[in-house]
Amino acid sequence: MSIMIYLIPIALVLGCVGLGAFIWSMKSSQYDDMDGAANRILLDDDVTK
Amino acid sequence: MSTATAHIQPQNLNQNDVQNDDYRSLVKDNEKGQHSLSLLVGGVHCAMCIQKIESCLVQQPKVSEARLNFSTGRLNIVWNGATEQANDFVSNVRSLGYTVTPYNPDAEKNSMENENRFLLMCLGVSGFAMGNIMLLSVGLWTTTAETMGYATRELLHAISGLIAIPAVIFAGRPFFNSALAVLRKGQTNMDVPISLGLILACAMSVFETIRGAEHTYFDSAVMLMFFLLIGRYMDFRARKSARSAASDLIQSLSGFATIVENGKPRRILIRDLREGMQILVSAGESFPADSVIEAGESTIDTSLITGETLPRAVHVGDVVYAGTINQSAPLTLRVSKAAEDSLLADVVRLMEKAEQGQAKYVRLADRVSKLYTPVVHILALSAFILWWGFLGAAWQDALMIAVTVLIVTCPCALGLAVPVVQVLASGVLMKRGVLVKSGDALERLAVIDTILFDKTGTLTVGKPQLINDVIPENLQLAASLATHSKHPLSVALANAYQGELLTLSDVKEVSGKGLEAQYQGQPVKLGSRSWIGVENASQSNDLEIWLSVGGQSPVPFHFKDQLKQDARETVSQLQNHGLNVTLLSGDRQNVADVIAREVGITSVFAEQTPIDKYNQLEQIKSAGHKVLMVGDGLNDAPVLAAADVSMAPGTAIDMAQNAADIVFMGDKLSPVSYTHQIAKLTQILVKQNFAISIIYNFIAVPAAFCGIITPMLAALAMSGSSLIVIANSFRLRRYK
Repeated sequence: MSIMIYLIPIALVLGCVGLGAFIWSMKSSQYDDMDGAANRILLDDDVTK
Repeated sequence: MSTATAHIQPQNLNQNDVQNDDYRSLVKDNEKGQHSLSLLVGGVHCAMCIQKIESCLVQQPKVSEARLNFSTGRLNIVWNGATEQANDFVSNVRSLGYTVTPYNPDAEKNSMENENRFLLMCLGVSGFAMGNIMLLSVGLWTTTAETMGYATRELLHAISGLIAIPAVIFAGRPFFNSALAVLRKGQTNMDVPISLGLILACAMSVFETIRGAEHTYFDSAVMLMFFLLIGRYMDFRARKSARSAASDLIQSLSGFATIVENGKPRRILIRDLREGMQILVSAGESFPADSVIEAGESTIDTSLITGETLPRAVHVGDVVYAGTINQSAPLTLRVSKAAEDSLLADVVRLMEKAEQGQAKYVRLADRVSKLYTPVVHILALSAFILWWGFLGAAWQDALMIAVTVLIVTCPCALGLAVPVVQVLASGVLMKRGVLVKSGDALERLAVIDTILFDKTGTLTVGKPQLINDVIPENLQLAASLATHSKHPLSVALANAYQGELLTLSDVKEVSGKGLEAQYQGQPVKLGSRSWIGVENASQSNDLEIWLSVGGQSPVPFHFKDQLKQDARETVSQLQNHGLNVTLLSGDRQNVADVIAREVGITSVFAEQTPIDKYNQLEQIKSAGHKVLMVGDGLNDAPVLAAADVSMAPGTAIDMAQNAADIVFMGDKLSPVSYTHQIAKLTQILVKQNFAISIIYNFIAVPAAFCGIITPMLAALAMSGSSLIVIANSFRLRRYK
């Protein structure tokens, strides 16, 4: 059971990384235009030809 | 600038002088010394629009970023060059065929956006907490303490608590805030038992962790919170689109207008327009304020105000309203009302008022919880007092029994009773092309007794269609000429012909009159009766245009706005269900009467302005009727927002779609009656669900009260009742 001493912190750290990524994505306005993202998937990558 | 004398003839004005909008004043500087400009772009519909606009802008010199928000239509441009470039960007976007209006992001410190972020943040945090606690709980629920060791179990409980408590404190705020707000007003809603359930489940789990007991309930608390937050977020998104309707409309009042001052034209912001100013409006521009025509003749598109698609001819002395569009020739006008007093501004105010009114609707779930919450809390309290005071139990045991009573009655099944059915019903309707935008729309739809229909675009197709037979050669020639114009009748004529088009030379559009061209050496004209010179031909009630080729006698084309195929059938179905059907139209009385007779509606209100429509609705509502409004134009928007529930066809303008609770696709009217049927069925299922939850409580509460249910059993029983409620709701899927 001593493995738990490593596993639990690892799980928590991974969870926190996910949460951090989510908060970062929200702070950088990635959720402000939900419909736009669905449409942009159809665009070519290099808009500047 | 042009140096004209006191009275300017609009025709003599150079377009370049007039179009000199100054967007430089809207440019902002950011920390890095770059300029940024925010604009509201209209007419963005698909991915190609995003690409066209963005790629056009980033190709401009020194532009570092151009980003279009598809949901809101806001375009943000960042560049390093001179501020003067701002005007070039605007004309670039305009030249692609989109409308541009200035947008000031500071003017609107958007509370909706903040709430959106707040809810998302709560959702993210509770999702994180739920995932991690579940990880630990799998271990806890699949093994016994003997296997894993007591210390390990206590450790897992403690870690769960350390994750759950901050998460509940942070992400439970939407419920806590709402519960506190209603409690302060001395009322209660569903958030009160939810908040109490969350707090008690956590508090009891902390207590259990400390005394090293077998079970804690951090996982159920956090999971309940996560699921409830998902529902909360979905509901918020629906409300957000409705709320943005009015602010979009205000933005359309925020462009520039050309005024004549001391004989010189000048562009000013629309909001600075005052009564008595002289303004110039070129062809294609919309009128910035309610005003009276002083010089010029033109046709105007009044669809924004009246919902009618056909242009109306206007002359000196006529009143035009802000938001309508000048179609054919430049006009000089005198402002009769400042922008904020215009009819359009009145419509905006009505919509805002109507949307506030909607907030007063009490959902069924909240009405149930109003009865339920006090009863439950009094029961729990009396259980504690009874066991501790009279039966001599230790206070810990008495408290445990009281908490069990609360958990057993935890509003899981009650909380699920409504949303599960609504989500399933929305899914069933979605497959039929009906989008239900607000959670309680179906609930409100089920109880209506009156339906108000708009005419043009709702009962009818909304576009004129060719109704007479014409010999193919004439149709081909007329359609070939008609493709050169955007006039609604020309468009209808062009649509009526499917074959190959002829090549014509010297095509000219004579504004307000028609089109002329040369074909095989002969002059061809397509236009109004008087212009073609056939005033004496027999009159008809239908819309018409005439074609004349060389010396041959002119040929008429008749058009009519046709009823939707199933309009008659749908109206009679709705009437058979005992609903009052009324027609509410901005069109003339005789036209409205004809349509009403054709579909079988007896109650007709014609020649209604948007404000009349709104007042009409208020009257019907105050007589105690529950009203469904079906409409598609801006003139219907206040009524759509104020009606108990509203539907708009997918062809409606954005504003109407935003204001409506339900949007139906396709060119049929039958979704109205189908959706009404589903809504009624939904309400039956919701009531059954409430009955199930109440029966469950009837059995479980006395048992918990007597102390024969352990918290573990309570948790199991709770899930059981939730499952039954969900299973019952799924019966909706069997309805065809």
